Amino acid sequence: MREAAILKTVDLTKAFGMVMAANRINVEIHGGELVGIVGANGSGKTTFLNLITGYLTPDHGRIFLMGEDRAGLPPRVITRLGIARSFQIPQLYTNLSVLDSILLSLAAQADKGTSFWGPLYRQPWISEGMETLERFGLKTYARRPVSELPEGGRKLLDIALSFALRPKLLLMDEPTSGVSIKDKFQIMDTLIKVVQETGLTTLFVEHDMEVVQRYGRRVLAFNDGRVIADGGPEAVLTDPEVRKAVLGRA
Amino acid sequence: MDATRLPLGPTVIGGAFLLIVPFVLPDWMKFIVTLAMAKFVAVLAVALFLRANQVTFGSAMFYAVGAYTVGFSVKWFHFGDMVVLLPVGALLGAGMAALVGLVMSRYREVFFAMLNLAFSMMLYGVLLKLYWLTGGTDGLGVGVPKFLGYVPPREYLRDFLYYTTLGVAGIVIYVVYRFLASPLGFYLRALGDNEIRIEYSGESVRHVMYVTYIVSGALGGVSGVLAAFTVGHIVPEYSFWIQSGDFVFVALLGGYASVLGPLIGSIAFEFIRTYASKYFPNEWQMTLGIIMLAIILFRPGGLWAIYESLASRFRRRSSEVPGA
Repeated sequence: MREAAILKTVDLTKAFGMVMAANRINVEIHGGELVGIVGANGSGKTTFLNLITGYLTPDHGRIFLMGEDRAGLPPRVITRLGIARSFQIPQLYTNLSVLDSILLSLAAQADKGTSFWGPLYRQPWISEGMETLERFGLKTYARRPVSELPEGGRKLLDIALSFALRPKLLLMDEPTSGVSIKDKFQIMDTLIKVVQETGLTTLFVEHDMEVVQRYGRRVLAFNDGRVIADGGPEAVLTDPEVRKAVLGRA
Repeated sequence: MDATRLPLGPTVIGGAFLLIVPFVLPDWMKFIVTLAMAKFVAVLAVALFLRANQVTFGSAMFYAVGAYTVGFSVKWFHFGDMVVLLPVGALLGAGMAALVGLVMSRYREVFFAMLNLAFSMMLYGVLLKLYWLTGGTDGLGVGVPKFLGYVPPREYLRDFLYYTTLGVAGIVIYVVYRFLASPLGFYLRALGDNEIRIEYSGESVRHVMYVTYIVSGALGGVSGVLAAFTVGHIVPEYSFWIQSGDFVFVALLGGYASVLGPLIGSIAFEFIRTYASKYFPNEWQMTLGIIMLAIILFRPGGLWAIYESLASRFRRRSSEVPGA
């Protein structure tokens, strides 16, 4: 029998007043998948992530994580179940150093986040932290304050903080938004390399069709809170309905 | 400032200095330094929250819990052993913080500051009104402390108090330094930056606040026990908001980036207050105001930051020596 899907949503629905931000979404993500979500602004991509991670509570529908119904749990608990996310606007500890931040994720991962006697700076965590920073190309910034990172570095660190939690599913919300076109593909190359090397199941939201086309193995297209297409990038991105919804033209 | 390392130089030099100094100090100065070291412990509790960008105007409530632990113990049980009462005060302070903290850990910033103030003023009201229990504004006498059953000769009492307080301050510095270098200590700092990221790391911001609150309660309790024995008399003002304000003042004066900052601040504060009230009896509070203004305008990191910049300048100069 096939292993339970890491994520499975059934008729997931959320309305903000008259706006259906999520409208009967049925999605299944299995281990090892690399899925891109594409859609225009306001199509419900980020709402979908917010529902899965417990930031929003669905009006209807269910969210199965590793086969268990987990709808309605807070983000902290969802994270502990192995669903980590990054943010469109990086959520960082600006007054800490880059290494401090990664070590905090590692401490949380080891369930020692609220330990108040042993040091945060312990050798196994430092080595693992430096290794993680190297993967994300941030090693040279390790001892620098987070506030000194350039925008691309901030995006990468935000994702690295979630990656260091060793999640079963990593959700990335617009990993390349706010960075220059030049840096965009470089950041995605770094991320995809990490994902491929570790076999991490990943779902990334992106409004840039080009990025999705290049990096997604499977693409979900969102429009008006619904999934209008689900399949390989070629099939989905040439679909007239998708092109109309995302680009405004067929 | 890196909280993961205790600045070894200043700790050793400062410790040695404080060990020797009673031999040369007159008694009244010994008293001032003892009281400063006692209050420093309560200031550290405030400094913990300042690191998380939270300010409390009610930390004196735990200071009062510690002091009245001594007062009641002496009044009811005729028991005034300082060494025993220190952990008792710490426990009662922590216990009270564990209760109040259930509410307080939900709040931040101005609500946190003012709710703390509200609780401490409620305690102040109780201490003031329950005359039969607390002696009201008359307060309670504490008498001469014992040290594990030993009563020191009168002429050495000040020294006993001094060294006990110094010892406790040393232990507290070590404990708080360990606390700050721990994952929770870093989360405490991170809390002032980004609570969302903490929750999305699977950790509870409330838990971080709650544990810190209990630690701060224990520190307040210890400080109160030390101060009660040093002064020998306790009054409801131990819980008054001005006392809490003084603790915040001292934390800012000394700087809270290092555990040593509040100690420097505390000693400086007691001397400034003593001399200011001697030379400008009617304007001594204005003196404090001007100093606070100068610190905030020119050195927001407090006296510790002044030390740090001097030390780094010195280090740079010594590394410029040719051939070195």
